[in-house]
Amino acid sequence: FRLSSLIGHISTCPSLIGQCCQRHPGSVDEFQEELVIRPLHSGDIYASFQFRTLWDTDFLQEGQKVSHYRLFPKSLGQVLSKFSVRELHISFTQGFWRTMQWGQPFIPSPPGAELWVWFHDTVSDVDGNWKELTNVLSGIFCASLNFIDLTNTVQPSASFKPLGLGNATDHRFLRYATLPREIVCTENLTPWKKLLPCGSKAGLAVLLKSEKLFHSSFHSQAVHIRPVCQDEQCTSKAWELRQTLNVVFDLYTAGQGKKEWSLFKMFSRTLTEACPLATSSKVYVDITDNPELFELSPATPLLSQAVVLGDRRTYSVFDLTRAETFGQLRSLNLLLRWKGDGGEMLRPLLHAERYVAGFGLQTGEIHTVIYNNHPYRAFPVLLMDSVPWYLQLYIHTLTVTSKSRDNKPSYIHYQPAKDRHRPHLLEMLIQLPPHSMTEVTVQFERALLKWTEYTPDPNHGFYVGSSVVSALVPSMVAMNTNFTQDQPLFSSFVPVKEESSYFVRVYTEPLLVNLPTPDFSMPYNVICLTCTVVAVGYGSFYNLLTRTFQVDEPSLPLAKRLANLIRRIRGVPLLT
Amino acid sequence: MPEKQRGRYAALAIAAVVIVVGIPLWWKTTETYRAWLPFSEISELDSLQLQLSVDIEVVFSRGTLTPEQQKKFPLSHVNEKEHQVDAKTGLRYKYETRYRTATIMEEDALNQPTAAEADLSLHMLSESSCGSVVVYVIPESSTLLPEVRFRAFVYFYILKSLLKLIMLIPAVYFQDVKVYVGQRRTALLRSPPFKTSWNLKEVLSNLDVEVEQVVSTMSFGHQDIVAALSNRVRMTKVTKESMADSMRAIKSSPGYEITFSLLNPDPKSHSLHWDIEGAVQSYIQPLLNKLAPIANFSVDSQILYYAVLGVNPRFDNSVSAYTLSADSLSHVINPVEARLGSNAASSNPVLNFLLYVPDAHHSPLFIRDHSKREVPSNAFHSPRWGGIMVYNVNEMYGPEAERPVDININMAKVMGVFLAQLRLMLGVQHTHPPTGFVLQSPGSAGLADWELDRLLWSRSVENIATASTTITSLAQLLDQIGNIVINDNIAQQVSSAVTSLQSAVAELEAGNLAFALQYSREAILASERAFFDPSLLHLLYFPDDQKFAIYIPLFLPMCVPIVLSLLKIVSEAKKRRADKQAKSD
Repeated sequence: FRLSSLIGHISTCPSLIGQCCQRHPGSVDEFQEELVIRPLHSGDIYASFQFRTLWDTDFLQEGQKVSHYRLFPKSLGQVLSKFSVRELHISFTQGFWRTMQWGQPFIPSPPGAELWVWFHDTVSDVDGNWKELTNVLSGIFCASLNFIDLTNTVQPSASFKPLGLGNATDHRFLRYATLPREIVCTENLTPWKKLLPCGSKAGLAVLLKSEKLFHSSFHSQAVHIRPVCQDEQCTSKAWELRQTLNVVFDLYTAGQGKKEWSLFKMFSRTLTEACPLATSSKVYVDITDNPELFELSPATPLLSQAVVLGDRRTYSVFDLTRAETFGQLRSLNLLLRWKGDGGEMLRPLLHAERYVAGFGLQTGEIHTVIYNNHPYRAFPVLLMDSVPWYLQLYIHTLTVTSKSRDNKPSYIHYQPAKDRHRPHLLEMLIQLPPHSMTEVTVQFERALLKWTEYTPDPNHGFYVGSSVVSALVPSMVAMNTNFTQDQPLFSSFVPVKEESSYFVRVYTEPLLVNLPTPDFSMPYNVICLTCTVVAVGYGSFYNLLTRTFQVDEPSLPLAKRLANLIRRIRGVPLLT
Repeated sequence: MPEKQRGRYAALAIAAVVIVVGIPLWWKTTETYRAWLPFSEISELDSLQLQLSVDIEVVFSRGTLTPEQQKKFPLSHVNEKEHQVDAKTGLRYKYETRYRTATIMEEDALNQPTAAEADLSLHMLSESSCGSVVVYVIPESSTLLPEVRFRAFVYFYILKSLLKLIMLIPAVYFQDVKVYVGQRRTALLRSPPFKTSWNLKEVLSNLDVEVEQVVSTMSFGHQDIVAALSNRVRMTKVTKESMADSMRAIKSSPGYEITFSLLNPDPKSHSLHWDIEGAVQSYIQPLLNKLAPIANFSVDSQILYYAVLGVNPRFDNSVSAYTLSADSLSHVINPVEARLGSNAASSNPVLNFLLYVPDAHHSPLFIRDHSKREVPSNAFHSPRWGGIMVYNVNEMYGPEAERPVDININMAKVMGVFLAQLRLMLGVQHTHPPTGFVLQSPGSAGLADWELDRLLWSRSVENIATASTTITSLAQLLDQIGNIVINDNIAQQVSSAVTSLQSAVAELEAGNLAFALQYSREAILASERAFFDPSLLHLLYFPDDQKFAIYIPLFLPMCVPIVLSLLKIVSEAKKRRADKQAKSD
């Protein structure tokens, strides 16, 4: 019963997206940039960049090729038209988002690389397009996305609904894959920055220096492309490219225990101008906990309130398009000075973790634990698990328990793996009781791989991608369903359909599982051993067949022979 | 001794089983799969004899010949020329010339006031086939030609340095007009003074030199064809000029991506608007439509902000402008290229055309050639890569203009330069027409029919040369390395490439230019697909010594007893024979 409503929520409501876009007469595309800084209770600092390019065009229109680009990057546009992509979400993440310490991120992402794509429903060979698309994207982003193949691709039935325009529900056109082992570094950041119209030459992107960004606890960069409505009436489509970059700095340890941060300390740069191509360019600082927690300078008279992730937050706004923001020095260097200790953070309402249990190299058990920290409300969550084929799940051992009682999922979608062809896919809709811990366990057996299927460092173990928990979490405050013109980008990514709840996606830790690993000099040893055995057997067989056997005269016992020797010396006749 | 005899038979039987069953079984199971390839036909292609046939029609208009001379018409004549380019490549040109007098309708057409109109109405009368040439000989006194001088406007490309940079300079031409080459496949030739006493043969032989010049302008010259063979033949006998032409032109490919990029290094001070969509439609697309039989073209454009050239222009006080010298132009491209991005969706070669609008602090910016003169077009091109044009906008900043200044780019000016560069890059343009020739500018179509024919000739020959080298080197490679697996797929590609090549050569011989190009394109596609097939890499490096290192633990213990017992049997047999002989003695 809740499934349909949940799916309905996760899928879009067309009329709400894209209303925020301020239209400029005569221009068909526009660019916005935004930086949100949120001091975290743990003493870390969270910076979230969002760059949005909106373009009134249709890449999928029949017979009309989009070939003249202005702000939208040409390479991505060509990919969209060639592969008939309706929606594309790709993220590269280094580190793991610690929900319990940091709260919810604006846009969540799992460790490693994640790619999910909705293809247009005119595509006939979805798998072929997907394979080629991953190869092209791996070239564009300098990442190992070409390792995405059918063995790690799934088609989730409910967890990943299009975030943009259109009500696609046929998951045959959806492909989802993660590469939990992907390491994200400068070579991924550079092509990502190149997609921005101003590059890293002007605007907020000047802060993106890789030596600082990768010296952090968490780094995640993403590209989201989707069609959105052009205006309130939604008469025509526009395409939205959202580039996001989230980073968490641990400046507490880096700053020798002094809790004092500035833009310059974080990024080794200050802001001097907005990107001249941007219609809006803003920096938001979350000052909800101010002044108990920290002090912000320079102070700004501009305040803005936004309801985001079920919480009403207050932000100081610095508008980079206005000259007075930069003051006398013609540069903006935000300074945050901490006062005293962080204090207690509200526990996030939804939280999940996962680990692998068991011993030995034959069987094991995957435990997924989901916490509902809401004091009195129960709500359903969708859990999606994609497990590689070499962990053979025993689906009959699947148990879901909440408060030490059996909790029967109201919806289960399970697609068993095929060896070397596709992974397991398990999707469940679980009702979480209020203030509870729900544990999902399933046993598995480790498969023996062929010796060429092992990675170069097989003793490191094999990664299993994160589980995905998607939910509509009851909101403490009324969510804002009316989008206004100056809606900040960070609160407009996921559409909000009703006031009482908001959408959250939580990724668990990826698993690292050891598989039985052979000695890799084995093949040669085996060849030599078998050859020797065959040769020994053959040799005796051959001897048996070709030699002739004669009955030998039995020789005299030793005593008699000795006696004979003596007799010979003495000249006495020999014994026989 | 029967027991000993039995042992001997057993050893022999085991040896026989090993030799008859074991070794063939081992051979068969460890053999690499090699599909059959048409080696004999490939080695035939290795020595390539190309014949190019051109149909020429020479039409005499009224007043050029005496009635007596006309009596022998129509007449036809075949002229063949043979060149041995190198030991393995030969060329034969076959000119089939037909002579006739003009029909009444053609006479009417030739009575038009201007040559361009005459050209058009002749075209309306009959359409000549692809690759053929029609030459109208008009009387010496005809008024058609001189007027043309002021109508046609031709760009000459002055070759500044052999490879790198070619500046665009409009030039005036001179001399008496002898030949007018129209937009289609016809040329008007002013008849040289004939003596009425000459017989027809003398008249025709007198005309031959001129007709040959026309043909080598309108279809192909020997140098062009040799340059097109550059994949097979060492470039020694080619003139510098046609080598530069052929090296400038991009290699033959089934498709090309044309990318126009507007570089705006300073979006703060000027915001640029270019109507690239309309400009492509009106300037580039007609040319590409014309070129459709040669390759597929796709056009796109982008605007790159904060993109700067790789060279800091030098300020020249004498002209109070920034200048880029010709020597530094080669360093301009590299840093820009990183921003251009490759086409993610196709693997065809990309032709880049960049329009660079210098920022306010570095303008005006002028390009100077090697003799330190400013290049009027303010553009240069890099062979096989594309072109760059500098577009100065400093005079459009008003004194009190508010930044950013809105600037609309004059696309006609820009596209004129890019179109000329594109024609160079495609190999359409040839540098110098012979003196006395007037080439009608191709007009809105961007390309005259005969220019297309020229392209078809050289592209067909080039494709054939490339495909044949690819196939022969592939066959050679496969022949030399016995460990490579040859799939059925590769064998099929190779044989289809070979058949297409053979048909292309045959069509060229028959003079069917369009078909020849078609087949040569198929041949090149199939040969490349076979050559770059990933399955050819499997087991390429699996050396024999390692293989035997693995087999030795099995082979040595098995073979030693067999060999030893065979030796023993042989020596016993010898001994017995010797005994027998001794006995009989």
